[in-house]
Amino acid sequence: MLDGISEVISKVVCKFPRCARDDGKVMRKFFTLLSREIRSYFYSPIAYIVLVFFLVVSGVDFYFQISFMNQRPVSYTVQEAFFNSIFFWFAFVLIFPLITMRLFAEEFKLGTIEPLMTAPVRDWQVVLAKFFGALFFYIVLWIPTTLYFAIFQAITHQSAANSTGAYLGAYLMLLLLGMFYLSVGCFASVLTKNQIIAAIISFCAITLLFFLGLISFILLEVSSNTRQLLGYFSAIEQMGALSRGEIDTRPMVLYLSMTAVMLTLTYQAFQSRKWRM
Amino acid sequence: MATHRAADCQKLLRQMIKVENLTKRYAGQTAIQDLNFEVGKGEIMGFLGPNGAGKTTTMRILASFMPPTSGRASVAGFDIFEHSLQARAHLGYMPENNPLYNDMRVTEYLDYRAALKGVPHRRVSERVGDVKELCGLKDVEKKIIAALSKGFRQRVGLADALLHEPDLLILDEPTIGLDPNQIRQVRELIKNLGKQHTILLSTHILPEVEMTCSRVIIIHKGRIEACDTPENLLNQIRTASGVLLEAKTGSDNGAEELKRIPGVKDVSVSRDGEWQVFSLRADAEADVRPEVFHLASDRHWTVRELSQRRATLEDVFVEITHPDEM
Repeated sequence: MLDGISEVISKVVCKFPRCARDDGKVMRKFFTLLSREIRSYFYSPIAYIVLVFFLVVSGVDFYFQISFMNQRPVSYTVQEAFFNSIFFWFAFVLIFPLITMRLFAEEFKLGTIEPLMTAPVRDWQVVLAKFFGALFFYIVLWIPTTLYFAIFQAITHQSAANSTGAYLGAYLMLLLLGMFYLSVGCFASVLTKNQIIAAIISFCAITLLFFLGLISFILLEVSSNTRQLLGYFSAIEQMGALSRGEIDTRPMVLYLSMTAVMLTLTYQAFQSRKWRM
Repeated sequence: MATHRAADCQKLLRQMIKVENLTKRYAGQTAIQDLNFEVGKGEIMGFLGPNGAGKTTTMRILASFMPPTSGRASVAGFDIFEHSLQARAHLGYMPENNPLYNDMRVTEYLDYRAALKGVPHRRVSERVGDVKELCGLKDVEKKIIAALSKGFRQRVGLADALLHEPDLLILDEPTIGLDPNQIRQVRELIKNLGKQHTILLSTHILPEVEMTCSRVIIIHKGRIEACDTPENLLNQIRTASGVLLEAKTGSDNGAEELKRIPGVKDVSVSRDGEWQVFSLRADAEADVRPEVFHLASDRHWTVRELSQRRATLEDVFVEITHPDEM
């Protein structure tokens, strides 16, 4: 069964290098690397465990939110409730170390980095292929959640959100935040050959980044300016706004630039392996 | 020896590997120091040395996997530092222990590697088919790499190194961990590859080198101790060809009499019960066995063994890398 699924996916993914063949050698190598990264996710049991774990947690969350909303009148939609619950954030922070820990650490550990880097590929191609491979898996992880809203609509004949923009906002936020946290995970993985250490580093870093925005709830004596500044970093506040459909460019700039910074650091750390050896 | 090398160079169309003053220091220790050597097109160069001598380090530098601390090297005419990508494109490298992605199938892995190495798209399946044929991988092409035996894994590594038809192959211990039959197969394969490719090969199996390599570098403690053809190396060493005689002479001056035979340089004697064992060291060209036989027959010695012992590359290796223990 698992073999069947991965075969189908890998067949789809295998087409990647073919479409890219006219875009020059550089892109072809990148897509070759990317397709190998994506396939390797679906060859490993961890991918399916993460998928199942994530579906269970988000499914239970969805169910709880609706049964909670059934008890009394509330001022938010099902979709807002789903994307702003504790359950959701808990599962959210946990998946990044699981997705990213093996990226570089496994190659260092198994020594497969040697045949990889002695092939005529550039360091940035490898770093970007690993990042986008992880991003692809992350997006696959989220696709089933769209079904929840479709099922909700089919059963209740009511929309789960006020507008399409609310869906777009929420998923845009997931994508942006996901890119940033995945790049943090990439960086953690390039630092060590031990996957567990990579997972712990990225878990700590992501948790700290995530709760940075909550400091203003804990420290009461901060000035309003500081509070506002911290608010910009608060994924929870941003998600609150975006899942209502208020699409703001500030988090986009923040997360895209932070992703670029983390990927640059990853690239530098990856290159430094040569000098540390 | 110098003239020999000059003649050698004239035959070479191009230097496939050129190494100048190559040095690599790790924290606190020098792995290789001031290496200088060249490998010409079409040569099969054996790269020998004890464990930790710097063979893998040198090969990794040549494959652009790690930079040297100082010095220069070029592969197929491309500087490994300035034109690393082109150098890598002209090089087929098989690392020590041959790490592979265990989760992929053989054909799938080779397809992936071919694309990565820039084999044109329409030629990928042809090349992958060719290397599978050449390395005897047809029967296992659909297997997952994790399920392959060591011998097949090694062949996958070799097939990978050959995919993009590189001018130069660098093979780091390609026969490690193989059984004698597999070693023989890989040796045959390398010998055949040597017809079209330049090969730099490291190994601990010295008969393999004697049989396959046109030249040999012996490296010890990060320095090149010898670089020559196997024949020349064999002629140089102290333990050149020798003759073994086991006989009952009934006297103690057997060694003196043997030493008088023309061509014999030195005789040492040991005892095995009532038998005396003479080890004669002779000039490399001279065959002194008939003279030894005549002497023994004149003196009425009882002979139970008379044999010639040829020096092997192993003797050369041991002498160069452990000179004190000789």
